[in-house]
Amino acid sequence: MAMEVQMNEDALAAKISGEIDHHSAALMRAELDEKIRNLNPKKLSLDFSAVSFMDSSGIGFIMGRYKLMNEISGTVEILNTPAPINKVLRLAGLDKIVNIKR
Amino acid sequence: MKILNEMKLSFPSRSVNESFSRSAVASFALQLDPRLDELSDIRTAVSEAVTNCIVHAYRDSVGTIEITARILEGNILYIKIKDRGCGIPDIEKALEPMFTTSPEEERAGLGFAVMESFMDKLKVKSKVGEGTTVVMQKKISKR
Repeated sequence: MAMEVQMNEDALAAKISGEIDHHSAALMRAELDEKIRNLNPKKLSLDFSAVSFMDSSGIGFIMGRYKLMNEISGTVEILNTPAPINKVLRLAGLDKIVNIKR
Repeated sequence: MKILNEMKLSFPSRSVNESFSRSAVASFALQLDPRLDELSDIRTAVSEAVTNCIVHAYRDSVGTIEITARILEGNILYIKIKDRGCGIPDIEKALEPMFTTSPEEERAGLGFAVMESFMDKLKVKSKVGEGTTVVMQKKISKR
């Protein structure tokens, strides 16, 4: 798991690569939340194009960031989710809450 | 059903083993020549079951997780994941989607829902204080 984070104007973009599970989500969560709290973005974009695996820990991870962005009146969008990850997102009904752009 | 092949794994409930265990079961399943989406379903279901052992069964402790995987006649993959952790007091409740005892750790409560929908069969046996055994099966399409 690796994460590349970039701030452009008021949007924070995070490109995640590798596998998202309970182990890696805990690391990502600490890293990203620190950036969100420091930079106060209006929008958080999570790019999943290089994510090779995600279980329901990824759902918890997205929901947690969604709540945090809500607290600071920001939005979350999810970009480029590969097919197996879409399957997990659909099962969780996350496609109805978060803006997903494929 | 006749067992054509079998493997057993035993490892401590450390989160770093989530990735190892799902990859090991997926490697074993390769001999059934699964499609990529089937392989992804297997990896995800195993990851959910193993994560449950780590997060819930052995909460605040480290115990042993045992996996038995079998190839059964009829192109069926059988996976048993067993812990000797705290056990589940109410299995029916635990199987409900979105039910979690760990919201503060951002658990979505979808582990069993994923196992149920990504595999063909799911059986959960548990006894408080003794542990939990999850058995899953998936028929792999013949190509």
